Amino acid sequence: MKGKPLAAIVSAGLSKFGKRDGLSGREIFAEAAKEAFERCPNLEPKKDIGALIVGNMSESFEHQCHLAPIMSDWAGLLHTPALRVEAACASSGAAIRYGLFTILSGICDVVMVGGFEKMTHRTTFEATEYLAMASDFPLEQWNGATFPGLFALMATAHMHEYGTTEEQMALVAVKNHHNATLNPKAHMQREITVDQVLSSRVIAKPLKLFDCSLISDGASCAILTKPEIARKYTDTPVYIIGSGHGTDAIGLYERDSLTSLKATRLAAKEAYEMAGLSPKDIDIAEIHDCFTIAEIIAYEDLGFCNPGEGGKFIEDGVPTLDGELPVNTSGGLKAKGHPVGATGVAQLYEIFLQLTGQAEGRQVENCNIGLTQNLGGSGATCIVHIYRRG
Amino acid sequence: MSETTQFTIEQFYKFIGERKLMGAKCNKCGNIFVPPRPICPKCLSEDLSWVQLGNRGKLLTYTVIHVAPEKFQNMAPYAFGIVELRDGVRLPGIIQGVKHEDLMVGMELEVDFDTNVSPTWPKWPRYFFKPP
Repeated sequence: MKGKPLAAIVSAGLSKFGKRDGLSGREIFAEAAKEAFERCPNLEPKKDIGALIVGNMSESFEHQCHLAPIMSDWAGLLHTPALRVEAACASSGAAIRYGLFTILSGICDVVMVGGFEKMTHRTTFEATEYLAMASDFPLEQWNGATFPGLFALMATAHMHEYGTTEEQMALVAVKNHHNATLNPKAHMQREITVDQVLSSRVIAKPLKLFDCSLISDGASCAILTKPEIARKYTDTPVYIIGSGHGTDAIGLYERDSLTSLKATRLAAKEAYEMAGLSPKDIDIAEIHDCFTIAEIIAYEDLGFCNPGEGGKFIEDGVPTLDGELPVNTSGGLKAKGHPVGATGVAQLYEIFLQLTGQAEGRQVENCNIGLTQNLGGSGATCIVHIYRRG
Repeated sequence: MSETTQFTIEQFYKFIGERKLMGAKCNKCGNIFVPPRPICPKCLSEDLSWVQLGNRGKLLTYTVIHVAPEKFQNMAPYAFGIVELRDGVRLPGIIQGVKHEDLMVGMELEVDFDTNVSPTWPKWPRYFFKPP
């Protein structure tokens, strides 16, 4: 049945994002869990939560595999079944989807989903190398590709095919930095200008430092329940009504298009159909702006505008905080920060706050339907979810 | 089937070491693909042959990488792009011998080889692009 609640979100938590010196991933995850539990006094975490599904990209950062039982323990859930999922930067978007499946299976009534990454203690070289592991090794990494390099290839192609400009990309960064000034948990809370973006140092032409998201430490989590029992835990649940998961070839060079991500299109199609909604029904969205060009391409792939019109979409101000369809009110990966494994559930957290009227200085009025789009790597995975105010 | 003719990435790079750019061709549907794999990704046939690909192609998109992984840092900034060969196969790689300001979508490039293998795993050589 279209638009039927698949699960309810009854609580969510987010750590402060940023450079969290002296902390390890598990301690940051515990910080997010604490908020989710405090927001939900009727929840008895250890008794009620049937499983924890936690997203994390890379064991290289902390030299630690076998992460799920650790997160379960540090969250105060020792002995609760826990599993890590990995889908590069879409790891915790995937955790949401498999959290939903766990509830829909009927085995668990309450599931905790989350994600984390501890990154900033590593050098730029190390972080660049670990992140690049999410691209194809034999042809891309071996022959000199980097992550910014792959998105730069898409940017060059988009500029060549549609006339998209570096100024339009810069506007995405300016917007997201502005939104982050209103989010006390954001990694970076300062306004930037188009000129600052354009004159920042080149990372991979045409992408400059301020076109790139941040290397951050952070964690996120949410409590999902069967829809029928949501009101036992909160008067203001948010329902997940659509879920989509697209995959594509690992190598950018192998894909049909260099200016559109098929994984996003497939995930969006599945999620819209399940929700019985279309792009024009979306009131607010958190989308995966790992690089400014990625947000522009996502406007198009999610159907917010036509192919090639993403640059104009931002130029016209549609996705700004007071625009018709605010995108990345949290500040996005660009300015809120991008602890990769935490990002998918951090997007859900922002939609949860917005749809329950708790987004304070960045609250969007009259929003009922939200969407999140979480991309893995250069686009071999995409997870889309659609949410409705309860 | 002998080990040397298996449709593996290892074998792809063995050919690169012999200065040959080879792809897998499906004898059933005609699809040519790189990297090779044990089944045709289009029709799932296992009836495959190796074919030598033409070295010429055109640049589909490019970037200039300034922040590089450690093992490429001594080359940075370097040009990197995706080239579509005449057979329709696409390859990513470093572009040498072109001034960065002269890079253009659509420009003709050809594949060349650096047959030195890495001292540690995976002990593969590399290919790169240059002007014809």
